[in-house]
Formats: sequence, C-alpha cells, structure tokens
Amino acid sequence: MTHAHRNRLDRRTLLKSAAASTVGLLAAPMVARAENKSIKIGMSTILSGRVAQLGTSSRNAVMMEVEKVNAAGGLAGRQIEMVIRDSKGQPQEAARLSRELVNSDGCEILIDAEASSGAFAVHEVARDLGMLTLHTNSETSSLSADPKLRLPNAFRVCRQGVHDCIVGGAYAAKVAKAKNLTKWMTTSPDYAYGRDTTAEYMSYVTHFNPDVEVVGEAWPKLFQPDYTEVLTKILQTKPQALYSCLWGGDVTAFIDQGNIYALFGQVETFAVNMADYTALTAVKNLPKGIHSGNRYIKTFPNTPENAAWGDAYRAKYNEYPTNWAWENASAIHFLTAAAKKASSADGAKLAEVMKGLTIASPFGADGNITLRAEDQTMTGYAIGWGTTIPTEPYVTDMTTGDWKQIFELEAEWKKKKNYA
Amino acid sequence: MDLATLATCLSSTACIVTQSTGGLIIGMLLFLVAAGLTLIFGVLKVVNFTHGSFYMLGAYFALTIYQVTGSYTLTILGAGVATAIVGLVFERLFISRVYGQNVLMQLLVCYGFVLIFDDLVKIIWGVEFKSMGMPPAFQVPPLFIAGGVVPPFYLFVVGVALVIGLALWLVIERTRLGKTVRAAAYNPSMVAALGINTGYLYGLVFALGGLLAGFAGALAAPVRSLTPGMGFSILIESFIVTVIGGMGSIVGAFVAALAIGLIRSFGSLGFPLFTDGLMYLFMVLVLIARPTGLFGKEIA
Repeated sequence: MTHAHRNRLDRRTLLKSAAASTVGLLAAPMVARAENKSIKIGMSTILSGRVAQLGTSSRNAVMMEVEKVNAAGGLAGRQIEMVIRDSKGQPQEAARLSRELVNSDGCEILIDAEASSGAFAVHEVARDLGMLTLHTNSETSSLSADPKLRLPNAFRVCRQGVHDCIVGGAYAAKVAKAKNLTKWMTTSPDYAYGRDTTAEYMSYVTHFNPDVEVVGEAWPKLFQPDYTEVLTKILQTKPQALYSCLWGGDVTAFIDQGNIYALFGQVETFAVNMADYTALTAVKNLPKGIHSGNRYIKTFPNTPENAAWGDAYRAKYNEYPTNWAWENASAIHFLTAAAKKASSADGAKLAEVMKGLTIASPFGADGNITLRAEDQTMTGYAIGWGTTIPTEPYVTDMTTGDWKQIFELEAEWKKKKNYA
Repeated sequence: MDLATLATCLSSTACIVTQSTGGLIIGMLLFLVAAGLTLIFGVLKVVNFTHGSFYMLGAYFALTIYQVTGSYTLTILGAGVATAIVGLVFERLFISRVYGQNVLMQLLVCYGFVLIFDDLVKIIWGVEFKSMGMPPAFQVPPLFIAGGVVPPFYLFVVGVALVIGLALWLVIERTRLGKTVRAAAYNPSMVAALGINTGYLYGLVFALGGLLAGFAGALAAPVRSLTPGMGFSILIESFIVTVIGGMGSIVGAFVAALAIGLIRSFGSLGFPLFTDGLMYLFMVLVLIARPTGLFGKEIA
C-alpha cells in the first residue's frame, strides 16, 4: 500500500518534474536572453528646424560612440540600441517623447539632448519616472545648481553657463585692461539663455575689471533675420567693446551684416558662441580678431586625442563636430565607464557610481572630466578663449580657463543665489 | 524706454542718416515681399501663406546660382525667374483648384505647401543654416554721408528695390497688361467675357508675386542666414505691411513698408524692448483710423 502509494506519488512527481523541466527548458533561453538582451537608450533631440544641425551632430556623436561600445562588447555585456526621436525643439514634445521612449519603447536610460527650454521639461519627466537621465546640451546653470531641482537620477553632461561666464569674464577683463576698453555694450538673444548668460558674463567682467561700464544693450529676438536696427544702435552707442551670446545661424547673420558696417574694426567683439564649426565654416568672411570661447574646435584642448576625435567624426560624417557633439559623446563615455565600474547596465546602479566619477576624456582640460558628486554636473572640461582668423584652425591664441578659479567663484555664485 | 537716446539721435544728422538707411533697407526688402503678397490678394483674393516660402526659395536659388556662376547680377535675375516659375506651377497645379472655395481650404493648401517647401529645402540644401557671403564688389568699407554710416551694399539693395517697385507700378498702372490685371481684380467675370484667358492671367500674377519674392530672397541672401523655414518671420511682417497699406494696394505696401522700416530703426533707440510692439501698435492705430488700411478700398 505504502509502496503503491509511493509509486503513485512517484508517477505524479515524475509528471510534475517533467512538466517543470519542460517549462524550465523553454524558459531557460528567455532567462538567458533577458540577461544578455540589448539595452535601449532613448534620446530626444532637435532634428528639424533652425537648430537641426546641432541635434543631428548630437545624434551622430552618440551613434559614433555607441558603435565603439557595442564593438567592445556593449554596456556591461548588453548591446546598446539607440531610440532617437525629433522634438522639433518644442519643450512639450520633448517631454512627451521622453515619456513615450520609456513607457512605449522600453528605454531604460534617457539622453536629453535638448536646448534648455526642452531640458527643463524632460527633467520633470525624469523626476516622475525615476529613470537615469543625462542632460547633454542645456547650459542653464540652475538645472543642476538649484538644489530644489536636483534629482538622484539626473546628471548634466555638458557645459554650464556659470563656468563659461567666469572664464570668459576673466579673459575679457584682461583684454579690457590691456586695451583700456571701459565702455561695453551687449547684444544677445532675448530669451532666458541670452539674458542670464549676458548678465552673468558681464558681472564677471566687472568683477575682474571694475572700470568696465555697460553703456547699452540690444535684445534681438531668437532667430531674428535682420540685425540692421541692432547694428545701427551699436554704431550710435559707440561702445569700445561688445559682448554677444548670439549663436548658430544668428551669430553668422550678425557677423555677415556687421561686416558691411565694418563693425568689427571699430568695436572689440566678444562672441562666446563663435568658435563652433557650425558658425566658423558658415561665415564666408570671418573677421580676424573676434574673441570667442571654445565651443568645439579640434585644436582646443590641443591634444592628439581631441584632434583624433574631431578627425574621426569628420571622416565619418563629412563635417566637423559641434559643441553639442562632444557633449553627447561624453555622455556615452560616462555611461560606459559607469557600467564597467558597476558591472551592470541597471540605471539605478549606474546613477550611484556616476556620482563623482572621473574618466579620461579628449575634452578634458587635463585629459579628464568628472561628474561632480555634489550637484551631478560635469566639471574639468576644457574652457578657453581665443581670437578668430579667417582660415583653419579658425581660432588661435587660446587662453585656458583655470578650474581652481572657476570652483572658487562658482561657490560664491551659489551662495549668492542661495543654491549652496 | 530710452527717449533721451532717441532725442539725441534726432538732433544728430549722422545718427539720422545711419538710422534712416537702416530703416530703408528693412523697409525695401519688406516691400518686395509684401508687394507680391498684396498683388496676389488684390487680383486673386487668395491670402497666399506660401509667399514666405517663395522668399526662402529665392534665397536658396540665389545661393546655388551664385555658387555656380559667381555673378551676383545673374544670381538676382536667376533667383527671381526660378521663383516665378515655382509660383506659376504652384498656381496652375494647386491654387487654381481652390479659387472661390472656402478660405479655410485655401489656407490649408497654402499651409500644406509651406511644410512641403520647407522639407524640399531640407532635402536639397540640407537642414543646417547656410551663408552666401558678400559678393566681392560690395566687400568695401561703408560710406560716411553727413557723418552717418551707409553700407554700399544697402544702397545697392535700396536702389534695386526702388527700380523694381517703380517697374511694377508702371506695369500695373501704365500698360495694357496692368489694366487687364486691375480689371480682373475688379470684375473677373467681365474680363473673362471679353475673351481674356483669366486662368493665364492668374498664373501670370502668381508668377509676378513669385518673381518679387525671389528678388527679395536674392537681395537678402548675402546678409541673412539661410535656413529652412526662414520665410515665416518675413511673412508675418509682410502681412502687417499689407494690412497697414491696404490689402491689394502696391503703393500702400510701399508706404507701409517704409514706415515699418523707419519705426523699427528709430524705435530700437527709443523703445529697445518694445520695437516689435511699436509695429503692432502702428497697425492698430492705422486700422482704427482707416479700417481698410492706408490705401485700401472700401469693400462694396
């Protein structure tokens, strides 16, 4: 009886075991696939409209770096699959796409390659979904500096306005002292970036050189086609120096139109966004001697690594990279290093090890860049100012920014803004 | 508001010359675009939202022609003619099908083609902005007239725009073709009854509008960034000019464009944060005083 019972039990056990084994055998490849399946990274950027070239270069740079990562085995063994969408530069569209990339496309990491207006919208999506998010283009300082906005899962992997302003201000003040330029005027695009950056830049110029006085301002609209009224106002105001953070097609139109008034021979011009290949190669008659911060040029930092990266990009896409390109490439560099350190591609684990992570980079001032732990923003990237020449390398006599000075003044700025 | 700067400027001949030249150049380019727009509306009663796209195409045609020929004269003529052909084809194939239909249908067709033309530009010339560069003949220092700064290129642009405007006025007011066009604007059925092919006439008017927008694009190309969608901003300003001048009035477009140019130029000194607002304020004041615009005719 017992034996018979045991036999019956054995048969049941056998059947159960067989069923379990069958399920197990069928499920095993799925488990294996889950462990090795590709990881989707979602990216919204601007692929149409007037800023499309920057968005396209962001996509190009990411794809170039992802190819390298995948060829080397992927992100912690998982091949990266990029899902890239066009926000057309509209913040609400950037937010909608980011949400969709996670909820519908199954992306596990987000790259927010938007301008500032879009970045703040995507930041709220990151807050809501808790997804690891890398802001790769927004330079508005508050995005990472304001503690109220800070998220454990969001990082800024790009320049920050205040860093550029400190370096630019110190450089401009030095030139102003040497050439006795006391009367300054500004002309920048009339939106948050233009207003904030100009105010910060000029505050550092006057910080380093109290003799400087702003005698006039002009605020053209973003993407304004005609700068005649701005140019005539500048001629009327007769400043000795001019600061502008016009960018892209706006700065080239301004230069082209300023040329016919011979403006740049009369006024010492500081155009922070001039030294990017998009602008440098588009202007047909680039004046000599315009002061500009580096956006992306392959000769600054003047290292073989940076030159090689710029040349590789050009060889692949038949054009030079942009400021947004190097920033997005850096995002992939950080992800790769973090995955190696965490031995995982899990977003939360990556976020944990990314805080304070320092990596070797072609774009580093000393060959390294860091995601500073305290505010999860990139530091250590090369910042410099030089003057334009009409032919390659387009910008020469670069003066390198001092990160020690940047950190000191940034800390003061944070206190002033109640961010510290 | 910086009325002191404006007052200082108005007391200085140099400043008046500089600002007036700036106002003239803004106004003349606006006039060329607005003249085509108002002509098409006057005759065809179509609010041509694609007109900004014609301006954009003119600028891009200019870029290519200049790169190929190196001649700026050929560039202006070629860009004008090429845009006129686009206008003609567009009218014959598409706009001619919506004459007399609901205005929303006309707007829909026009808006659809704004998007199509933008995409065509992206496909042909790329998404990135382009710069044509200044022709060598104009790469010269500015002139100083009564102490004011006057770029020779702008003198050229103003001169060409004036010649084109005068020629247009002569054609419309002093030729048989012009009389027919004006008659068609007033009573198309009667014109058709007299044996005139109104379809051909309408195509011609659209081509003329395209020609003017093409000229404007070519004249602006050396100093403006060329981007897909660049026609939109000038379209808005051209509509303002058209409304102020009176829908359908070329003389009105000329006067309004000049007024807008000067308001922008001097307004940027006295009201630096309200320059655009001044333009709209002027429009509101004109419409309160004359609801049909400065030279518009009462609608029967």
